[in-house]
Amino acid sequence: MTANTYQSSIISNQFSYSTRNLWSGILFGVGLAAFLDETLFHQLLHWHHFYDKSTTDAGLVSDGLFHAFSWFATIGSLFLFADLRRRNALWLTRWWSGVLLGAGAFQLYDGTIQHKVMRIHQIRYVDNLIIYDLVWNITAVVMILAGAFLLVWTKKKMKKHKGEQRD
Amino acid sequence: MISTSHIHGQTTGAELSEWVQILLALPFIFALILYGAAVFFSRQRQRPWPFYRIVLWVLGIACALVAVGGPLAQLAHMDFTMHMLGHLLLGMLAPLLMALAAPMTLFLRALPQGQAKRLSRFLKSWPSRVLTDPVAASLLNVGGLWILYTTPLYQEMHENSYLHVFIHAHVFIAGYLFTVSMIYIDPTPHRNGYVYRAVTLIAALAGHGILSKYIYGNPPAGVPVDQAESGGMLMYYGGDGIDLVIVFILCLHWYRSTAPENSKVNNMAKPFETDPA
Repeated sequence: MTANTYQSSIISNQFSYSTRNLWSGILFGVGLAAFLDETLFHQLLHWHHFYDKSTTDAGLVSDGLFHAFSWFATIGSLFLFADLRRRNALWLTRWWSGVLLGAGAFQLYDGTIQHKVMRIHQIRYVDNLIIYDLVWNITAVVMILAGAFLLVWTKKKMKKHKGEQRD
Repeated sequence: MISTSHIHGQTTGAELSEWVQILLALPFIFALILYGAAVFFSRQRQRPWPFYRIVLWVLGIACALVAVGGPLAQLAHMDFTMHMLGHLLLGMLAPLLMALAAPMTLFLRALPQGQAKRLSRFLKSWPSRVLTDPVAASLLNVGGLWILYTTPLYQEMHENSYLHVFIHAHVFIAGYLFTVSMIYIDPTPHRNGYVYRAVTLIAALAGHGILSKYIYGNPPAGVPVDQAESGGMLMYYGGDGIDLVIVFILCLHWYRSTAPENSKVNNMAKPFETDPA
């Protein structure tokens, strides 16, 4: 196999596993955001509280479901990653778009619905909480936008490639 | 028996009597002997059994024994945090270690053909199908815990020895069924898909985590606030730690089952595969 055909076979692998690349990234992103939330904000900084008396029942359920899901997602996404690698189908740009989308979406949900509406806990128990909330949620939006940009970019690349093959 | 129950002033019943501890310990000692005998008979038929599985079984039995009898069981009867430690050992760690020891595979190897067939028929029967269904096993396991900690049952368990025996037996059996319903180490005639098991596992893990935090905020009757808080956190993080292993093994089995054919990696994965029955 020449270098050129090898390269093109990898690209065709990447395209046929584009969905798996994206999902591996999304799940890893959700897991990463939850993992950082737990280690950094709960365990190291002690900003977040394990349990806040003002938590609604819905908040307790939502927190539990997301915690369990992200726990599974972290491990599952890494096995998906390994699967893509052994198939020579890993497409890092696509994967990163998923990571940014997953982490951003989780952080935005955590920062708006879970912290504010369901009141599971606040980012930090201080007076100027609004600044923390803004930084938290703007970071989330930036991640989502960056992820969406990469997602569109990879989609365009796939379309262009299909067009070239037809010509 | 040493009486320390009234030092903290929070005990809700009598001491944990010796016969209760012995009654709960006996089945595990019996299981240890049974496993040892099966290893012996399996070897006699020139079918050696991996040493690490024996270690897993012994460790699993040890976890269960520590939880049902002796100093930890005594402390657990009075201190909720210790109770939760015992619960993690009896309901989660012991079942996991024992499931990884593949007892059914060993028994099928060790038993004479007729009895092996009977065991295999039992594994294929409909009751075994129902009990090892992920949803049924999760409900038995996590649902049982919800009933125990959100009703007066927890307090009554301290006053009634029969209830104590029943609940502890249930915690172990439900934990074991839950583990084998999620990861297939032994021959499993009633198999479920990866997605079904994954979704159920996430739901069960969530149910466990939610209950932990609920206990933290709403101590069961007779449990002081500080113990409910530390016990709830122990349940939360301890459960995470043990479930991590179950999730990892479930994902690993998926990874192997989808290995692309004719690839080098495929051949590399084979030595790790679970023993065929």
